[in-house]
Amino acid sequence: MMTLMVNGIDHQIDADPDTPLLYVLRDDIKLNAAKFGCGLGQCGSCTVIVDGKAVLSCVTPLLLLEGKQVTTLEGLGTIEAPAPIQRAFMEEQAAQCGYCIAGMMMRAQALLQRNSKPTDEQIRAELAPHLCRCGTHMRILRAVHRASRLMDTADASAATQRRAP
Amino acid sequence: MRKSGIIGSVIAALLIGGAAAAFAIAWRPAIAAIDPPAPQSFDASLVKRGRDLAAIGNCNDCHTVRGGKSFAGGLPVPTPFGTIYSWNITPDAETGIGRWSEAAFRRAMRSGVNRDGQHLYPTFPYDHFTNVTDEDDQALYAYVMTRQPVHAPARANQLSFPLDRRFMIAGWKLLFLRRGTYQPDTAQSAEWNRGAYLVEGLAHCGACHTPRNALGAERASAQFAGGDVDNWHAYAINAQSPAPVPWDADALFAYLRDGWHPDHGVARGPMAEVVSNLSSVPPSDIRAIATYMAGVFGAPTPDRKRQGEAVLAQVKSPSVQAPKADAAGAAIYAAACATCHETGRTLPYGGVNLALSTAIAGPDPRNVANIVLSGVRPVEGERSPIMPGFAGNMNDGQVTALLNYLRARFSNQPAWADVEKTVEDARRTQIVFLQTSPGPRNAPADPTQRDKP
Repeated sequence: MMTLMVNGIDHQIDADPDTPLLYVLRDDIKLNAAKFGCGLGQCGSCTVIVDGKAVLSCVTPLLLLEGKQVTTLEGLGTIEAPAPIQRAFMEEQAAQCGYCIAGMMMRAQALLQRNSKPTDEQIRAELAPHLCRCGTHMRILRAVHRASRLMDTADASAATQRRAP
Repeated sequence: MRKSGIIGSVIAALLIGGAAAAFAIAWRPAIAAIDPPAPQSFDASLVKRGRDLAAIGNCNDCHTVRGGKSFAGGLPVPTPFGTIYSWNITPDAETGIGRWSEAAFRRAMRSGVNRDGQHLYPTFPYDHFTNVTDEDDQALYAYVMTRQPVHAPARANQLSFPLDRRFMIAGWKLLFLRRGTYQPDTAQSAEWNRGAYLVEGLAHCGACHTPRNALGAERASAQFAGGDVDNWHAYAINAQSPAPVPWDADALFAYLRDGWHPDHGVARGPMAEVVSNLSSVPPSDIRAIATYMAGVFGAPTPDRKRQGEAVLAQVKSPSVQAPKADAAGAAIYAAACATCHETGRTLPYGGVNLALSTAIAGPDPRNVANIVLSGVRPVEGERSPIMPGFAGNMNDGQVTALLNYLRARFSNQPAWADVEKTVEDARRTQIVFLQTSPGPRNAPADPTQRDKP
């Protein structure tokens, strides 16, 4: 039995320590945003955030996650209150089949957390490990830029609210 | 005249004489600018020969930065003295070498002086290129002058005084630059001599594989004894080679041509770019390099040969139990690595059995740390060897535990020192390497293997 923190909640996981995180997320915790694509860490569709970094969950055995914080797409926002990255992808209609998009959003989120104004080139370099077969790449690029702007506004409005009496 | 006056005059005379001598040593005239020659003015077969030579010289690797145009320079080269940026060698008239005559190009290759007469830093390996023949320089000139001109101004080097003064390089050359083209050894075969000419000259293998002295020059007494490049260790490629299975000419030929060998693994790091270039040059030249280098490695001692055979036998029947080295490392290896590295799937698409890995038998853990953190990037548009990087999945402590385990389980060498520090450094430097290095552009893999993954 191991304790795994996902989206701020501790889960007691009864799985072999070498079980890939992706299987635990989908089968044990029933969080299905991260997708199984290649199982070799080569397509990006299983990407989640671990301690602020984008990580391929299909090649991450459980035993590496002791004491670390896992964030999945479900942890960023909800259908009622989508996170800026989710809103941006919807507003740009960046998903076609959508299979790669959860992974794309997670790596873009990790990028925006450490670089709030990435250039086109930086976004391309960052998302290079992610495959998308529908070809919505240009929309994905626009969505990441939009998310960066949305996060700006979100921060500003939060600050305004704090200052309000 | 008083005594102090005499001494003063002598000192003044010495200073003036010294300055004059220094000037004579350091000063080089500019070579007249020319109008950029039309690409059609070069013979096509000469350009083709230049292309092959440029691939052997690995020119594009340093003269291209990730995201930049081929040969347009701008790659930061970290050295113990500061960072030096490669120059634009496209035929752009303003920012490249479009106004260089063939004589100016030859002078740069032979003695490291640019068209204006400035000394070039020896990161440009003219200590090797000085061996290149006039005919080969002519072909290389034809090749670079027929590339697409790119406007890309040089970036300023980050060097501190006095190393930022280019006349200092004249002193370095006085000490370390031995001019002269390659002199064949008549006691050896033509193939061996061709290999020696390429290895010591254009291919400049020693630039990475030979350790350097405090002034950044290759130590002649330790030729091919292992050096450093971009925070990777370039292994010893002489009798001190740490490879678990000794190299021979056939293995070297296959490795340099295909980028991998079943007994040694897949080329990665800066060597991946080298073999990527070599995959397109005439096999006869690769054979020549392999023949010469096999002589440099030397025939293995009976003891070494026996050890190599033992490792190969062990790989074929992996029943050996792991020593109780590092329980945490062993668990990480079993969960994250063994599924590819111990399935027996053939190279280059399967992972090499780590008992064959030179990285794990090598003198320091840098290369293993680099590869665990960054993996092996796929080559765009081609089937190629891959490995996911684990930089985000593992923290420094976990990588350290893994590396200690790998060393204990897969080599018969003593434990490495300062593994955790190496992992920290690797995390920092690999980010830079991966962001700046252009990366291999064609898959360094045997094309006959491509249909049977």
